[in-house]
Amino acid sequence: MTAPVDVRRTLLHEMVRIRRFEERCVELYSTERIRGFMHLCIGEEAVAVGVLGALAPEDAVVSTYREHGHALARGVPMTSILAEMFGRASGCSRGRGGSMHLFDAARRFYGGNAIVGGGLPVATGLALADALAGRSAVTACLFGDGAVAEGEFHECLNLAALWRLPVVFCCENNRYAMGTALEREHAQTDLALRAAAYGMPAWPVDGMDVQAVAAAAERAVTGVRAGSGPCFLELRTYRFRAHSMYDPDRYRDRAEVARWKDRDPVDRWRDLLVADGDLDEDGWARIVADVDEEIEQAVAAAEAAPVEPVEELTRFVYAEPS
Amino acid sequence: MSAATDPAVDPAAATARSTYREALREALREALRADERVFLMGEDVGRYGGCFAVSLGLLEEFGPERVRDTPLSESAFVGAGIGAALGGLRPIVEIMTVNFSLLALDQILNNAATLSHMSGGQLAVPLVIRMTTGAGRQLAAQHSHSLEGWYAHIPGLRVVAPATVADARGMLAPALASPDPVLVFEHAGLYATEGDAGGAAVGLDGAAVRRAGTDVSLVTYGGMLPTALAAAEHLAGEGTSAEVVDLRSLRPLDEDTVLASVRRTHRLVVVDEGWRSGSLAAEVAARVAEHAFYDLDAPPERVCSAEVPVPYAVHLERAALPAVDDVVAAARRTVG
Repeated sequence: MTAPVDVRRTLLHEMVRIRRFEERCVELYSTERIRGFMHLCIGEEAVAVGVLGALAPEDAVVSTYREHGHALARGVPMTSILAEMFGRASGCSRGRGGSMHLFDAARRFYGGNAIVGGGLPVATGLALADALAGRSAVTACLFGDGAVAEGEFHECLNLAALWRLPVVFCCENNRYAMGTALEREHAQTDLALRAAAYGMPAWPVDGMDVQAVAAAAERAVTGVRAGSGPCFLELRTYRFRAHSMYDPDRYRDRAEVARWKDRDPVDRWRDLLVADGDLDEDGWARIVADVDEEIEQAVAAAEAAPVEPVEELTRFVYAEPS
Repeated sequence: MSAATDPAVDPAAATARSTYREALREALREALRADERVFLMGEDVGRYGGCFAVSLGLLEEFGPERVRDTPLSESAFVGAGIGAALGGLRPIVEIMTVNFSLLALDQILNNAATLSHMSGGQLAVPLVIRMTTGAGRQLAAQHSHSLEGWYAHIPGLRVVAPATVADARGMLAPALASPDPVLVFEHAGLYATEGDAGGAAVGLDGAAVRRAGTDVSLVTYGGMLPTALAAAEHLAGEGTSAEVVDLRSLRPLDEDTVLASVRRTHRLVVVDEGWRSGSLAAEVAARVAEHAFYDLDAPPERVCSAEVPVPYAVHLERAALPAVDDVVAAARRTVG
């Protein structure tokens, strides 16, 4: 079934937004406007847009340190994300988190967690709270293939399945845990199979196809929301860039990267819309122009934003009276 | 910060005799009754009744939704407590002992302690984590840790150590009312102790003077309080008047009460079941040296556990732990 034209264009627009935002972040990093660790999801945009697009506003999201795309797709304003990466007071974490720790409580975006596997227990608990309170919200928990080797993955899938909690476990399998290839870190590389062993529906999805991701996420979220317990999606994707800005990327074959780039989720989707007559040259130019305008406004706002006064350093270590 | 009311000197607060264990249970019962957002989870808290029988009978009274047995997965269920707190509930997570809390250390340190600050104040983690601590039962090195000092090192956490029956009864309610994560350390050697339960909530922050004295301050917490009190009694027989200060809260530390005591007695002995190096005892001694150096008539003394993994054999374990005689000897050196 084909989605309506406006939905298809929105999927493209959102992916282009993430792609061009991160490409701009690379420039800003090289001019030292952004510092610290920065992990890009270029190549993985279909996962962010497809999964996050399937959620309702009342749903919760727990993400990883590679979360710019997830935050943007969740609706966290680009201005507050970029201001955070600039370390400004108007940043979504008031300059205390940076690229790896974007938070937006109003949108139930519970962060960027920089410990691999560290977000799974929190997501499990958010789902427990929703279930005990009788709310119909689901929690989307995003993590990478590296997390599947961590104890938290196994503890949390077991716990969520045992208690039938409303979690959609979304494994963004980009085939590398930093520099360690999937087959060098897992005895069983069929990750969906391993999740299924905990007694939940689990299946692999082409993570380079935004339509496939959106359809799978919709199916998963609907089932979980209906009370069938957790489920697991293995979103097979690839990062086109290095692990982080520090990574010389010595562990991947150039030809392998090139093969995956042939399946670029943005290019594929744009070409499909053009072929179907849902997008023309002008339409494409408008998307790019709109996105670039939003990015440049965010850059200007972040540049102009004040830094958090150093007198505020020790605020929020403990909750403040509201 | 003010010193907490001590039922031993305030008859109005003394209402009922109970054991430390019963006082903890009554506090849990009251919390579960008072607020439907409160629930208890941990290993064997339900059908088994709790490894130390603290939650015995609560499953029958409140049902499996609110008294939840968890799989053996400390990282998952402690982290789930953090998530549930973020989601609006008021979880009480029981970790069977501090030894197993190491399996959840990532969740406690990297999530519970950081989320408020790292999110710029958007998030709060109103979570209570209870755990048994301490040695003294011949359980050997992996079941005898006293790591309160480690946790008290961490900004973002509140750490309390109820040492009396009244504190066991009264600390849970304010811990649950706190918007911050609170770690409650229950020393295994205290569960069977008896005392006045009081019944009123007590403050979380203040230290308490458990015995007034004029010659030396014995500053301690948790499972070492009975040792310090016994040492004070012994010293009284020798004509030395020891004041016993129970820290109660290990983070934040009630520095004012400690300093006021030292300014009265001019001598300090810190009694701490943790290892000496990098210990809470070191922190207390350092603060006294920083702020009351010229009030001291003798160098501060520390009575801590020997720097060995706690051994099994009874004579070796006794030798490893602070004993009444050690405290008495340290106090004598200060009054020398």
